[in-house]
Amino acid sequence: MSDILEVKNLNVSYGGIKAVKDISFSVPKGQVVTLIGANGAGKSSTLRSIVSLVRPESGSILWEGAEIAGLPTDQIVSRGITLVPEGRRVFSDLSVAENLKIGAYMRKDALDEDLKWVYDLFPRLKERSWQLAGTLSGGEQQMLAIGRALMSRPKLIMMDEPSLGLAPIIVKGVFDIIREIHKQGVTILLIEQNANMALKAADIGYVMETGRITMTGSGAELLENDEVKAAYLGKAKEK
Amino acid sequence: MSSKTKTMWNVGLIAALLLLLFLLEQVIPSGSMFFTVLKKGAIYALVAVSMNLLNGFTGLFSLGQAGFMLLGAYTYAILTIPVESRNSVYQYFDGGVIQFALPVPVALIAGGIVAAVFAYLIGLPVLRLKSDYLAIATLGFAEIIRAVFQWDKLGPVTNGSNLLRSYPTFKSVLYPFVVAGICIALIVLLINSTYGRAFKAIRDDEIAAEAMGINLAHHKRLAFVISSFFAGISGGLLAMYQTSIQASMFKSAMTYEILLIVVIGGIGSVTGSCISSFLFIACSEWWLRFLDNENLYIGSFHVPLLRPGFRKVVFAVIIMLMVLFYRRGIMGDKEFSLEKISNFFRRKRGKKEGKGGASHE
Repeated sequence: MSDILEVKNLNVSYGGIKAVKDISFSVPKGQVVTLIGANGAGKSSTLRSIVSLVRPESGSILWEGAEIAGLPTDQIVSRGITLVPEGRRVFSDLSVAENLKIGAYMRKDALDEDLKWVYDLFPRLKERSWQLAGTLSGGEQQMLAIGRALMSRPKLIMMDEPSLGLAPIIVKGVFDIIREIHKQGVTILLIEQNANMALKAADIGYVMETGRITMTGSGAELLENDEVKAAYLGKAKEK
Repeated sequence: MSSKTKTMWNVGLIAALLLLLFLLEQVIPSGSMFFTVLKKGAIYALVAVSMNLLNGFTGLFSLGQAGFMLLGAYTYAILTIPVESRNSVYQYFDGGVIQFALPVPVALIAGGIVAAVFAYLIGLPVLRLKSDYLAIATLGFAEIIRAVFQWDKLGPVTNGSNLLRSYPTFKSVLYPFVVAGICIALIVLLINSTYGRAFKAIRDDEIAAEAMGINLAHHKRLAFVISSFFAGISGGLLAMYQTSIQASMFKSAMTYEILLIVVIGGIGSVTGSCISSFLFIACSEWWLRFLDNENLYIGSFHVPLLRPGFRKVVFAVIIMLMVLFYRRGIMGDKEFSLEKISNFFRRKRGKKEGKGGASHE
């Protein structure tokens, strides 16, 4: 399968601190790829540099074969990459419907169909379309953040810790949604600290540690890997 | 209510308001304080709404409003002083360099455009700043503009620190109402458009807005330029209202007055800004005047403390109480609308009857 996104030798630093050190990975079209790792491993910085919220220091990011590193964010979004930012970041003083419409800001065509699509995925949002986003529960806000990103009809949706701060039962719901979106043909790049859930959902997994990718494999392989188990899944190494 | 009947109602209401003003003008003597308040209130309403577009809807805390009003006012005055009066107005500068006069509407719009152009140029460096720093930078800009316009070397254009006068003004209270009304209507249309939605998204969360593909720099600049354009037009109106202007009028205190109007009206509410503008002007210019009268008697009781300037003390206390009890302003971020009022009364009536009021729909 062809790679829709290819990251090569990417470096990101904040001032003197190197957050991402020379990483390379690729996202095949139509698959779920996950980056797992502890706090500060550089996962978020990687995603943010893909959409140019942070300027990469060096390296190349190929999107459908074309270089997009350092392009303005709006151009990257209009090419079909959307980020669901960490911590949901819904527009709390706007209604649910307005939030969704902003997700489609880069598009000039009619939105009714997409609104229907998102409302079908998240019936909860339809019930609350006039409510201010700030008054939603955490799980609903996460759904809104995902729905908002879907409104731009992305080819690749990147999610930064969608399970952060949510109750386990809701996390399960979020992952059900991720699978559902994947089934509908959207490529997904997922960042998670909840390695167990992420690896179960993923076709390919990468493990990041202090700015480097240290392990690669299919989701199932990594789930069985002893080191991964010890570090991220909370199971002791079997002797 | 469908949106069509809603627009009809609003248009009808505005027409009725203008008609009422017209009739009042025939009845009440034109020198009355009532009209002073209405004229100044309408002008301040426009500049308050333009400031609200920036502070309330885009989340950019800017304090440059007085500077942009000055640009609008000066542009208007300079371009409209009749050629035959130029010699007496620019008496120290041999009649000045500009020897033509433009029609009033053209000059008003030119005032807005000059303010907008300056806003664009200032915005390039300044809009990178956030919150308080942006406020300081824009405030500084307004002060610099005021100083530059008083500069002698620019006298042939700006008449230095001397008055500009003899330009055309308005008599009827309808004039500022119509101009401010049109401008505010344009701002409301903008706020309800996709651009307005993007502004509000930037206000709520810059990072998320950027991730959605909203170009932050572009949209902030757009809001800043449009806001300044309307501040410029209100400056032109203010020049007409004052009949003579001088750069020293446009102090930072003026910006604070406008900021106060915006805060009291409710940050993020257009109707709130309009209502509070009239209340503010009425309080500061009219209703509290009696407090300045040293010899005020109620029956035979001589009211103590009163002396010229005392109204300002009372006014300050009123504002403090307002802010204490209405933290989010009169309107919060809600809008005043006929629909809500009619719903409110309907609900009330429904309660009185002890049944749901929905049957009235």
